[in-house]
This record gives sequence, structure tokens and C-alpha cells, in this order.
Amino acid sequence: MAAALPLVLLVLLLLGPVGRGHAEPPRDSLREELVITPLPSGDVAATFQFRTRWDSELQREEGTDHNFLRYAVLPREVVCTENLTPWKKLLPCSSKAGLSVLLKADRLFHTSYHSQAVHIRPVCRNARCTSVSWELRQTLSVVFDAFVTGQGKKDWSLFRMFSRTLTEPCPLASESRVYVDITGYNQDNETLEVTPPPTTTYQDVILGARKTYAVYDLLDTAVINNSRNLNLQLKWKSPPESEAPPVPFLHAQRYVSGYGLQNGKLNTLLYNTHPHRAFPVLLLDTVPWHLRLYVHTLTITSKGKDNKPSYVHYQPAQDRLQPHLLEMLIQLPANSATKVSIQFERALLKWTEYTPDPNHGFYVSPSVISALVPSTVAAKPVDWEESPLFKSLYPVSDSSSYFVRLYTEPLLVNLPTPDFSMPYNVICLTCTVVAVCYGSFYNLLTRTFHIEEPSTGGLAKRLANLIRRARGVPPL
Amino acid sequence: MGLLSDPVRRRALARLVLRLNAPLWALPVAWLERTMRSVGLEVYTQSFSRKLPFPDETRERYMVAGTNVYGILRAPRAASTESLVLTVPCGPDSTNSQAVGLLLALAAHFRGQIYWAKDIIFLVTEQDLLGTEAWLEAYHDTNVTGMQSSPLQGRAGAIQAALALELSSDVVTSLDVAVEGLNGQLPNLDLLNLFQTFCQKGGLLCTLQGKLQPQDWTSVDGPLQGLQTLLLMTLQQASGRPHGAHGLFLRYRVEALTIRGINSFRQYKYDLVAVGKALEGMFRKLNHLLERLHQSFFFYVLPALSRFVSIGLYMPAAGFLLLVLGLKALELWMQLHEAGAGPQEAGGASGPGPPLPPAQSVGLASLVAPLLISQAMGLALYVLPVLGQHVATQHFPVAEAEAVVLTLLAIYAAGLALPHSAHRVMSAQAPDRGWMALKLVALIYLALQLACVALTNFSLGFLLAATMVPAAALTHPCGPRPLYAALLVLTSPAATLLGCLFLWRELQEAPLSLAEGWQLFLAALAQGVLDHHTYGALLFPLLALGLYPCWLLFWNVLFWK
Repeated sequence: MAAALPLVLLVLLLLGPVGRGHAEPPRDSLREELVITPLPSGDVAATFQFRTRWDSELQREEGTDHNFLRYAVLPREVVCTENLTPWKKLLPCSSKAGLSVLLKADRLFHTSYHSQAVHIRPVCRNARCTSVSWELRQTLSVVFDAFVTGQGKKDWSLFRMFSRTLTEPCPLASESRVYVDITGYNQDNETLEVTPPPTTTYQDVILGARKTYAVYDLLDTAVINNSRNLNLQLKWKSPPESEAPPVPFLHAQRYVSGYGLQNGKLNTLLYNTHPHRAFPVLLLDTVPWHLRLYVHTLTITSKGKDNKPSYVHYQPAQDRLQPHLLEMLIQLPANSATKVSIQFERALLKWTEYTPDPNHGFYVSPSVISALVPSTVAAKPVDWEESPLFKSLYPVSDSSSYFVRLYTEPLLVNLPTPDFSMPYNVICLTCTVVAVCYGSFYNLLTRTFHIEEPSTGGLAKRLANLIRRARGVPPL
Repeated sequence: MGLLSDPVRRRALARLVLRLNAPLWALPVAWLERTMRSVGLEVYTQSFSRKLPFPDETRERYMVAGTNVYGILRAPRAASTESLVLTVPCGPDSTNSQAVGLLLALAAHFRGQIYWAKDIIFLVTEQDLLGTEAWLEAYHDTNVTGMQSSPLQGRAGAIQAALALELSSDVVTSLDVAVEGLNGQLPNLDLLNLFQTFCQKGGLLCTLQGKLQPQDWTSVDGPLQGLQTLLLMTLQQASGRPHGAHGLFLRYRVEALTIRGINSFRQYKYDLVAVGKALEGMFRKLNHLLERLHQSFFFYVLPALSRFVSIGLYMPAAGFLLLVLGLKALELWMQLHEAGAGPQEAGGASGPGPPLPPAQSVGLASLVAPLLISQAMGLALYVLPVLGQHVATQHFPVAEAEAVVLTLLAIYAAGLALPHSAHRVMSAQAPDRGWMALKLVALIYLALQLACVALTNFSLGFLLAATMVPAAALTHPCGPRPLYAALLVLTSPAATLLGCLFLWRELQEAPLSLAEGWQLFLAALAQGVLDHHTYGALLFPLLALGLYPCWLLFWNVLFWK
């Protein structure tokens, strides 16, 4: 997860016609939270979430019309400060109070991973869904790198991470909390220490793993009033041996193979590292039209055998109009790597279609992989002797999986590029010369010359002429 | 020739190695992995194995297996679309440990910086270039040379540029830069300029082809030294061998250089910090690249680091040489036309048309036999040495590598007997027309081949043109035959190779004796065949399938009865 995702724009147009109004006045609510996950390696992941919900007059239509579904990607765009500023302006407290005071650009972009998102969706207000509220959820995740920012030290505090501390909750917030992951923490075997000590803890299964969080409620006056500010500190007392981080059950990789500028192959590697469970994944690929896919070369192999997808949807590209769309449902066998590959030919573009930096290459958007991944909790070998007997009757329940959507890395593909330096210069120079010559020549040819009659003059002249005529003197 | 030249000893050694189940020299893979990981890189390994077509005598290896270790430094907040490579090839004869140390130190330093926009791959390959080739093929998921390797687990997008580093000692007195790659490919000149800039900035002494840079271009010495460097580069490029690990990257359109630290016991010495600074500077510059290097020249020859001869200047020279062939062919065509016109006029008097087609068909039929036979000779030269090595080793007391080289020479020499066996179909009425037509075909064939070669690998094309064109133009069945024959033999591809070896060592100021030259020639032949099979170098097939049959045609013309 070292690479930041490109800016992915998911536009879901679910707006139906305007519904009828209702009696209650619109009502806003804001919840904010910060989840900090310190890792033994010294890296710290911090995730902010802000949820604004308001009632509106807009009504949601029954069902979703798939004609309004849109998916667009800008693989070239990397999230930067210019994306953070407007994002912060959507927050009710901007960056004046609450958790958002920590959002300082110079610290947030000093990280090894940065991801920023805006989600908007209608939420039913009652069971029959007669009226809806709208929910705007803003998330921001960063991973602080111990090597770069911590100078090798593994202990962290809010101040060292964000160069700010928390002083007050956002006055508009109905809930404002900080969660710190202290899964390895218990009384007798102290691996890490959190100051100030948490008043409450919270346990849940997150992404298939059981986690324990220390909870700090900023609305609780005791948390902040003691010292006027809250500077959370994490200390590793006896960090466990720095071992390779656990490999997730589903991960993916994408690359272009082959060399030369004529053909190539797009490969997506899907890894299922679960020891004994196979699960299906939905793979969505959009490939720009200038890579001409040969669909007959689509091969899916896992463990050296052909893997037939149970569902394939392919929408061919149209030149300059729409990209290829390839969607597949693939079953990943347990403990395997599945390779999805398809060959393509690089198209020669028109010279006006090249980007200003054609030798940089052209981006191909990431594949999107959606899957229900089995939980780690269920994958742990069960101690059959200790557990109740009935557990052996129901070894793995189907509810033990969680939803994950992964984006692979975008690709950079070189297309056959003409040498633009010479033609560009020649074309520019020729155009200038032609424009200057032709312009003046055309001007000369089309301009009509006619002799302008001298005007009869102003009022004073006329008066003078009248007087002169009366006196018998020739007029002026 | 080497330790493994005796088949009995080689087999015994192979058995011993198999029993020990360990290579004679191995990369400390686990240690490297641990160290790279502690520095904060994503570390992966790749194992590969390759059975060479016949034992490599100079490096003493046959069944090659090894493990490459590479660590990826991920650029913060970037999406792993582009990367740079720093590679250190290690092998049994060049352990290159100083370079590995410098690579690790650079990795540790680079890891703490936040300005990287491209991922950086730190690659340590085993078995020299074979490891690099295996890694590159696996990275691009292709198989060009029949290498068996495990697939790569980690990738970092499109490689934009690569630097290979070779240090022979921890004291460096000068840095030598190598640009010539596989099949004479060259990196973009801007990469070389970048290296030169940082050499000047750091006050490092940089050499090209092991030659110091001439300071004074106004006196005679400067240009003369430049000419020596230029000739050395031409010879290196013409050989088509990768002159360092960078040479293999060029096939994948990755601009690459090899930087060699040389300890030549001069008085001014640099420690590795100076070299590291130059490398860091180059990497930071490459990191800022928005596009691949494409603005500067891809075709050039270098008389010095700061001067180059561009394609626009050198191409006319090759063009004029090839023009000789074209003009000669035109002259022959005119003569043939005149010779054909005579019977036609005579036929026109006796009856309409018929004499012309038989005259032409006879000419063509007489051409088919020599053409086919010479091409078959070329094919035999290409295929038989490697295929027949086992037969040869069973019947003669030679090792495989020697068998291959001796078969090569035997087939090559057997081709000289071709004219005596090839004369079957002979047009009795017009013997002149026969050799003229054959020479015409041979001239056009040679001109086409040389033109294609000169476009892709100028040095090779120019060397071959400069040697083959005069003899080819002069060859004539009547006149002083022994003189022509001597000239043709002296300008045949094999003789050119031998001459080039002597010239090369002379320019390097390490002249060869005749016996040494012969040994080097045999080794070069074996290396040429090996390079073709292991890296896909095209010199051997070009000579065997293209130029040798063409040369045989001229030989045929000379001995036309």
C-alpha cells in the first residue's frame, strides 16, 4: 500500500425527479473521527472521516437506472495540495476547529501514502424510504513513514505527526472521536503505551481482523480540559521483532509486458493467499481506445490451468469516442496467483491527438477488483480441543467475509511517437511566415480604396462661408 | 584453453559440483535481502537457470544458475508508474563487492529523501549479464533467449533509465563510461552528457574507452587521440556485444550506461563518496525527467566525451562506399543489356521474339545453383557447429567449445571449395553472361545487406563496407586470379574479424603476438556464437546467413569457368 491511488472520480448519478416537499425543516448533523493505526515498523496510518448529513427536498427514485451510472478515471492525476484546499472547504468547521485543525498540507504531503475521497449518497430516513437525507462523507488517509519522517524513531505523538494538537471539538459536531489501534496492548504484556490513558476501549472485527481501539471523545470535557489540549502519544515499549507485514488475502498487480512499439500485453496478477478458501472477484478494466485489444487472446490461468470466467462483459472501444470496457467474474482458487492477460496493438494517433509530452507515455487506468474476502478471524486455525463441540459442525460461516475494492497501479504505455521537434518547429515557423505574408497580401487585395470627399466642415466654417458669400468673397 | 577444456576433467568437476549441490561462487542472497530490508526497501529475489549451448571456456561455466536480488524504493505518494534502475552485476570473475556496498549506501541515503517521483530499483544480479538478461526478461514477461527463471513478484512500472555500476577496487582514480550495447545500440546522448556534467562538477577524471580526454584540440595530438578513441568505439560497437550490463537494457528502450571505477594507480584518487555523489546527482536529474530521454541523438560515434559525430556527418561516408556497389551493378546491368541486345537484334532479323526468353532463362537457371548452394553453406555454418558438437566430441579428442569453433572454421573453409563443386549448370553459349548476372545479383545483395546494417549499427556496416566493397567491386574471373583471390580472402568476414582483433589490441596499447591473436580469434568465435544464443546478439547469424553466402558468391564469380 505504498503507492497512492490516482484520483478516482466515481460519479454516481442517482438523482431522480424532484419529489414533494415535507413539513420538517432541513436538519444538519456532523460526525467526525480520526483512526490512528500504529504499526510495529514505526509507520503510522491515520484516517480522518467526516460525515455531514442533511435532509433535502430531493427524492430518490425507486431503483437505479443503469443508464445514469458513470465511471471515469483520471489515472494521470496525483492528489496534491490543490485538491486538499477545496476538500477542506466542504467541512462545516473548515480547518478552524475540531479534528480538521490537524489537516496541514505541509505535514499531510510529507507522507508515503495519501488518499482523499468524497462520497455522496442518499440515505433513507425511514423504513419505507419515503423521504431521504443526503450524506456527504469525506475521508482522508495518510501513512506516515518511519524512515522519512521519524528519522528511524518509532514513537509517535499527534504533535510530531501533524505539528498541531487537538484543542476543541467542532462546535457543530454531534460526535467527535479519536480511535487508536491498541490491538497488541494488554496489561501483563506491554508492547505499547498510550498517553493519556484511554477511558474506554472499543472492540470490533475490522476488515476481517479483530481489533481493539482506545477511544477519546473530544466532546467529553475531561479529555481536553485537563491540559487545554490533547496530544496523544504512542510509545513502543518492547516492539515485536520487525517481521514482514502480514500479506493480505487479496492483492493484485498490473503490468505491461513485451517490448517494442507494435504489440504488447496487459497482465493483471490476482493473488489469493487464503490457505483453503476460494472466492470470486469482479474485475473491471477500462482500456483507452488507442490500445487495440485482441479479445481472442484473453487468457486467464491459475495454477497453470485455464480458468474460465463465469461472466464476461465486453464493450468494444470506438476510436476517439469510448474506451474498451471489460468486466469479468473470476473464481480465485485457494492459495494461488491468477494471471489475466490480453494482447493489444498500439495505434498510431493523429498528430493533433498526441499530448504535449508524448514521450512520457499514455496512461492506462487501473483495474478495479471487487471481492468478498474471507476474514482473518475465520482463517485462523481453530483450536478444536478448547472450543465447544458444536463448532466442528459449522466450521466456517458465510458471514465471515468482508467487502474490499482494490485498485491496481495505473500503467504507462508508450505509443509510437513521431519526432515532434522538427515538424513542430517547421510548422510553427511556416505558419507564422504564411500568416504574415498572406495576411498582408489578403489585406491589400480585399481592401477597397476610395477617395474620401472632404467634409463640408464644422458649424463655424459654414457660418464663415455664409458671411463670405454675403460679402461676395469666395468661400473657404 | 581453460580449466574446463578437457572433457574428462569437466565431467568430473560437474559431478563434484552436483554432489556439493552448491555453486563455486554464490551471491550472499540472504544477507543482501536482510540488509536491503533493513534499509527500508521492498525486497524480492528471482532465481534463474540456463544451460548454455556449449561450455563457456573464458568464464568456465556451462549449467548456469543464480539468484538476483532487487529492492524497490517506492516513491512517496506516487503510483509506481515509472522507475529508475541502479544495477550491479556480480559474477565469479568480478565479484564487484565495492559496487554492492556503494549501492546499499546509496539505497540507505535515497530512502530518507522525500523528493523521489519515480521508484528506484536497486538490482544485484548474479552471473554477470546472464542474471541481468534473466531479470529483464522476467520484468518484461518475455522469453527471448530460452532462460528459465521464476516470475518477478514486484514491479515498478515502466523503467525510464538505468545505470550499471562496476568497481574493481575501493580506490578509484578514474571513471570509465561504456555506452555500446547489444547489437550496437546506443543510449540517448543526453544520458552521456549528464554523466559528463557530473564528472566535471565533481572534478572526477572521466575516460572513454579507457582513454583520457584530449585537452588540446588545436595541436595534432588531440585529434589523433580522438581518432584512436573513435576507432576503439567503432570496433566495440561493431562487435555487437553488450559492453557492460547496460547493453541489455537498450533492447527494452531503457536508456542505460555502465560506469566503471578504474584504479590505475594514478596519484589523484577519489573515495567512493565522490562516486556516490556523482551517482546521486544523476539519479536526481533522471528523477526530474518528465519524458523519456528522446531529445538528443541515438546514433553517434564519440571521439571524446564532450564531442560526438552525428549521423548526418558519418552517414554520407557509408553512403558513398555503397554507391560504388550500386554503380558497379549498373555497369554490369548495362553490359548485360548490351550482350542481350546482340542476340535480340539477330533474332529480330530471323523471327519475332523467341531468342530473348531462352537467353534470360538460361541466365537465371545458372544463378539458382550457386545462390542455393552458398545459402545452404551459410545455413550449415549457422546450424551445424552447435548441433554437431556432441558428434564431434565423441569422434575427436576435443572439448565442446573447441569442437564448435573448429567446426565453424572447417565449414567456413569448405565453402572455399564451392566453385569447383557448384559448376553444374553452365550456359555454353554465353559464359560471360553467367558470371555477370551472378555478380550483379551478388552486388545488389551485398549493397542491400550493408545498407541495412549501416542503418542500425553504423560501425559494423562501415567496417564491413570498407573491407568488402573494394574486393567485391574488383572481382573478375579474368585477370590476375591469385591476386584477386588473396584480396578476397583477406577481406572475408573472418579475416576482417582477425584484423579487427589485432587493431583493437594495438589501439589499447597491448599489442598481440600472432599466437595470442589466433587464440583470441578462436575465443572470439566461441563468444560470438554464445552471445547469439544467450543474449540474442545478431552478429553471428548476420555473418553466417547473410554476409558469408554473399561473399561466397563473389568467390564463385572469381572462379567462374
